[in-house]
Amino acid sequence: MTAFAALFQRDLRLVLRRPGDVAVVLAFFVVATTLFPLGIGPEANLLARIAGGVLWSAALFAALLSLDRLFAADHEDGALDLLLLAPGALELAVLAKCAAHWIVTGLPLAVLAPLLGAAFGLDGRSLGAVALTLLVGTPTLSLIGGLAAALTLGARKSGALLALLALPLCVPTLIFGAGAIEAVATGEGFTVHIAILAALALMAVATLPWAVAAALRQAGE
Amino acid sequence: MATASLEVTDLACRRGGRRVFERLSFALGGGALLALTGPNGSGKTTLLRALAGLGRAEAGTIAWRHADIAWLGHLDGLKGDLTVFENIDVAERLRGAAPERARIDGALASFDLTALAARPVRTLSAGQRRRAALARVAASRANAWLLDEPFNALDAASQKSLRTVLARHLGEGGLAIAATHVPLDIAGGRTLELGT
Amino acid sequence: MPTLHFLANPARFRRFCARVLPALSAATALAVVVGLYWGLVVAPPDYQQGDTVRIMFIHVPAATLAMGGYVLLAVLGASLLVWRHPLAALMARATAPVGATFTAVGLITGSLWGRPMWGTYWVWDARLTSFLLLFFLYLGHIALSRAYDDADRGDRAAAILALVGAINVPIIKFSVDWWNTLHQPASIMRLGGPSIDPSLLYPLLWMMATFALLFVLLVLLRTDTEIDRRRLEAAEVAA
Repeated sequence: MTAFAALFQRDLRLVLRRPGDVAVVLAFFVVATTLFPLGIGPEANLLARIAGGVLWSAALFAALLSLDRLFAADHEDGALDLLLLAPGALELAVLAKCAAHWIVTGLPLAVLAPLLGAAFGLDGRSLGAVALTLLVGTPTLSLIGGLAAALTLGARKSGALLALLALPLCVPTLIFGAGAIEAVATGEGFTVHIAILAALALMAVATLPWAVAAALRQAGE
Repeated sequence: MATASLEVTDLACRRGGRRVFERLSFALGGGALLALTGPNGSGKTTLLRALAGLGRAEAGTIAWRHADIAWLGHLDGLKGDLTVFENIDVAERLRGAAPERARIDGALASFDLTALAARPVRTLSAGQRRRAALARVAASRANAWLLDEPFNALDAASQKSLRTVLARHLGEGGLAIAATHVPLDIAGGRTLELGT
Repeated sequence: MPTLHFLANPARFRRFCARVLPALSAATALAVVVGLYWGLVVAPPDYQQGDTVRIMFIHVPAATLAMGGYVLLAVLGASLLVWRHPLAALMARATAPVGATFTAVGLITGSLWGRPMWGTYWVWDARLTSFLLLFFLYLGHIALSRAYDDADRGDRAAAILALVGAINVPIIKFSVDWWNTLHQPASIMRLGGPSIDPSLLYPLLWMMATFALLFVLLVLLRTDTEIDRRRLEAAEVAA
């Protein structure tokens, strides 16, 4: 088993031993999403039109909530030092941790969101778009969030600061993710949006691990 | 295991805006033990972290040869929700090594942890966790041990176990550097006092 | 002409500032007066927009320098992380608030210009949205660099943020080409030469140079102050 697989498996195992942590994040997603129809009113046309934006924004906030523990736990118990000293590339360790984070955050959100989308009156094709855009877009959120988490390790007010750093960087993903759902609803087709989401994800995977690794090394000094 | 050697020349490190030490030079070879002593704030941890590669040096050089470093920091480095055995197992895998069951069992036995091996670390006392962290170091095939306050939270019996394990490691040709308030009491050990 | 390396020594930098800043301040003040008179009084009103076109003389330079300022942050970030240039951290701390202010000026003047020109104060097109993101990236840099008790850690974390966020600058620049935006396409830096009439182009270029002088002046002043602040803090620690 490679070091990458070992770290991935370790982080998954740690999360699964505290299923409450995952459940809380998903529960937040559900509650936050349902606030909008309650606040805006049940007008069906309006809800269907804002569904994409609401689902994506709520998913973004939910993903952010779980991020500050991504590296903070390792920082607090000293395990981060061991990761920094491990022989392999730190960038791979970063990918392993972000991948594990995505499995328990982005992936469940992509599964849960269509169910909520149905409550917003989206049709079948739109629901498929919701699931697909979240599936393709949330890995980028895990990586950007990972960068923000690493940059704010040990900082004052790290929770709010993490959001301040991550949200602007997540805006392109949000725009194309929500835009894709609206494009499907108006019949335009969302191939361009999905392509851009995929490109953003690939760019994130190709560039962000280096920035995250640099930030983690700074935290260790 | 191959023998590690370390040569430090004119090392200077900075922490909190001031130089904690400068012009530090020493050399260590296989089987050598170096105790770092000095008052709080004298830079023992800073020096250890710089030697490990975790911290940056401001000046000077650190030259390791054939070194496979095992680190024990001020914090235990254990995941609370994993068992003692799982922690040591995954620590080995993260070092890129294949865990050897016999070695792990032996390390656990050295620190009297065999009965606790399947317990989650968060249920252990501070002393038991420190022993688990030491077992992690002992179970590895590292030839250079860097230990920050290894005696912390250990009772008399555990301190004796640590001395035994350390002596065995040195006997096998490994080297060890330990920051410590408690005297190491191991034959042939050198001391480097910081903060003077 | 002193090179960057020559100025790396903080003491030398301060002597450079002491010599240069008075002349630079005078030159900037003069340039501002000339530029404002030229743009607000001398230049003719646009045949379509009338006098509101004069907002351009503030808006365009402010926005351009806002983008350039972030590029400077990224360069300083790289200098800090890769070459450990001693002044890079201090200059970055000095630059970020200046850049943020220029961005705010760009946003406000753009909004004021948009009302008469497009009928709306704001629209979520690619150019405006990415420019707003630039403002948030500046705020993030300011907050992050000051979020740590260890100033060094804050500076280096902010340097990474500057490098990652720099991708936004080309996006802002090319957003009007890549997307259908309400904001007009490029009229100066384009193939085929500028498309503005010279009677408006020249005062605009003058104001661009003026804002650049102002930016440099503010950054140098603030860097000088940052050096003072760091020395004060070091003295407090030692005492």
